[in-house]
Amino acid sequence: MIAKVMLLSGAAVAALCVFTPVRAETVDYNAEYGVTDVPGICSYADTDKKDYTGKKITILTHAVPVMGEPVELHSKQFEELTGGKVEVVHAPFGELYQKIMIPFQTGQHIYDIVYGGSYWIGDWAPYLEPVPQKYLDTAEMKDITPAYQGVATWNGQRLQYTFDGDRNYFKYYAPPFQNEENKKKFKEKYGRDLAVPTTWDEYDQVAEFFSGWDWMGDGKTHYGSTEIVARDNVAFSNFITRVASHAKNPNVKGGFWFDLETMTPQVNNPGFVRGLEMWVKALRYMPPGGINFGIAEEIFSWGGGESLMSVTWDDAFVQAQQPDSPIQNKVLVGSPIGPSMGSLEVWNRASKKWDKFEKPSIAPYVTWGWGAGVTKSSKEKEMAFDWFCFFSNYANTNHDEMIGRFGVNPFRTSHMDSNYWMKGAGWSQEVADSFVKMLKGMDTSTNRVFDLRVPGVNQYYTAMMNGVAKAMAGEMKPQAALDEVAAEWKRITEEIGVDVVREAYKNVVRLEDNE
Amino acid sequence: MLQSRYKYVFLWPALIALLAVIIFPLIYTVLLSFSGWSVNRIGLNWVGWANYARAIIDPRFWQSMGTLYTMVALCVLFEYVLGFALALLLWKQARAGRFFRVLFIVPMCVTPVIMAVVWRTIFHETLGPMNDVLGWFGIPPVNWLSTTTPAFATVIIIDVWQWTSFIFILMLAGLMSLPHEPFEAAQIDGAGPIRTFIHVIFPLMAPITLGALVIRLIESSKLMDTIYTLTSGGPGSSTETTSYMLYIRGLREFQIGYTASLSILYLIIMLVGLTVFAKAMTRMMRIAPSAH
Repeated sequence: MIAKVMLLSGAAVAALCVFTPVRAETVDYNAEYGVTDVPGICSYADTDKKDYTGKKITILTHAVPVMGEPVELHSKQFEELTGGKVEVVHAPFGELYQKIMIPFQTGQHIYDIVYGGSYWIGDWAPYLEPVPQKYLDTAEMKDITPAYQGVATWNGQRLQYTFDGDRNYFKYYAPPFQNEENKKKFKEKYGRDLAVPTTWDEYDQVAEFFSGWDWMGDGKTHYGSTEIVARDNVAFSNFITRVASHAKNPNVKGGFWFDLETMTPQVNNPGFVRGLEMWVKALRYMPPGGINFGIAEEIFSWGGGESLMSVTWDDAFVQAQQPDSPIQNKVLVGSPIGPSMGSLEVWNRASKKWDKFEKPSIAPYVTWGWGAGVTKSSKEKEMAFDWFCFFSNYANTNHDEMIGRFGVNPFRTSHMDSNYWMKGAGWSQEVADSFVKMLKGMDTSTNRVFDLRVPGVNQYYTAMMNGVAKAMAGEMKPQAALDEVAAEWKRITEEIGVDVVREAYKNVVRLEDNE
Repeated sequence: MLQSRYKYVFLWPALIALLAVIIFPLIYTVLLSFSGWSVNRIGLNWVGWANYARAIIDPRFWQSMGTLYTMVALCVLFEYVLGFALALLLWKQARAGRFFRVLFIVPMCVTPVIMAVVWRTIFHETLGPMNDVLGWFGIPPVNWLSTTTPAFATVIIIDVWQWTSFIFILMLAGLMSLPHEPFEAAQIDGAGPIRTFIHVIFPLMAPITLGALVIRLIESSKLMDTIYTLTSGGPGSSTETTSYMLYIRGLREFQIGYTASLSILYLIIMLVGLTVFAKAMTRMMRIAPSAH
């Protein structure tokens, strides 16, 4: 009898094992989460196999929607899949740095994962856990372009988990360039054909022409250029974009921001000054109040067709390309010769002369994107890295990149394919091709500029923008303003330690010089 | 004797809590001000007077002090004149007075950050209604927030809008508590409204005026939230007040030690400035009645 019961029980258990498939095999993740799951250790299916019941991680990220919304969304999904608890704390960009640095410096454990500007890596480095090899070996990680792998690396260690790749590039509303009436008027005024600009001089001329009248035909006044100029916003990136092609000389190695040997700040060299002078003049071609435009205003101004051109992040472009946008598939990116504006004269800091170029020299700016990492103080590092692995899996990235407000921008080689954008976002062939061409141009450029990723970067940047803001407001001449900045940079460098900054800056120079 | 000891036993916990809350942060800030605590140097590492030496020659600090003093002086002046005028207007209007008292409290109750956002929209160069209103009178549009002087004026307008009611409430309460006799005497002497104001109301209201001005000077000198939301200290450095500058130095640049020294310096300047102001005002107000 006992043997019979045991036999029956065994059979029942065996039957259950055979006929009761595990959740991972039955759940249709694509239908449940509206994504296309791609097999791998970061996939929905594999994440579902993990059990973090009773465990909790806390994430500090940006406010909703930019980055805050995708973090919130995928954290809920991660909770459903793993049973773990994910607490998401939001903060505006201006507050993130202090919210991260105070617990870091005081040895408190508050967050398991922190989000911020990837250029803070120099300040974060001592407090972040390196990304374990098993995550570096995933298909998702190997697909990241070398430039963005470099951005996440500090002294040879991958400290930031890459899920975003940013760049500043030229974008424009295309129809006015094809308009015969515009072509005629432009030729009469400037004596040359109207064309998509390739240099900053041409950009400013086209901006001037299209400023202050209704070239859109909607009864409103439109302008030439929208840029991010607001003090203490992220205008430093726009400034860097503006000066890069005048000051980053393809024939001079060893430092764009500093001369690596002497650690002399270059922020007041004639290349920087020329860039600033032109930017001050360009205010005339921006919409009213343009001097106070932050990134949100730029997205809505250019994305809403208020101005013809812009040279900033992907977000405004992706926003303009969303299905509900009135200008979808009427915007293009990149000039005929590269991703950003170039210059026929570039300052040579070695010879202290302007080098002349037959074709415009372009210095694309691989501007900081979002950076994040797992804190060393985290007691749930495995869960935190698994969360990152899930957050940036193919399915989630492919979904998030199509939503402009999420702030997730191309960072993988597989994103450099027109089909990816045509199928995923419904872009036209022409727009997708121009976007991919720009991405590739950025990726293959050997004259790129990166952020000043050294300890105390916020001190350097706020000092820089304090001077730039004075010049933009007409309080000081550009040269005098940047001389003031250079003096402050020298003081900051001495305070932090010349050798400390030099060692850190070598990481940046490696990227600048394509080493 | 025993009773008096018990009294101290009950008093000490409150005193210790008070000391911990008020004195400790102040002492800690002083200690911080002598340290080089920054993004790459953590802790109370002693740097002597170096931070103060740097602060003394920091042009940005002194420029922000200049901006602050000008802004505060203009804000408080307008608030005082308007608040006092409104209080005089509604002093003897019993019904209207009650209504306006409630109405005028509203701006004071609104969070400055929220109001700064609303005002930013109002003063927006293209979308805001302010330039439309000016247009009705044939006045060309003003770049309110993108040129230095209008941006400075905008900050003042918002502060005056929000805090005039504070002066109004205080002055109205003061007016309502004034004795009748001096007014009767002035009437008998044949004094008109202006003479009565100059020689009776103004001197009698002097103590309240002093209190209201000092409170507003202290409050206005902390002007930060409006600047943060409205102008970020710009255009250029035209609206960068000391509080905003300290925020940037301390929490954006993470120069903790240096910012602490700036805070202490700022505190000393404010204490000295306010003491001198209060003394001067007291002296003036003592002179005023004798002039009568």
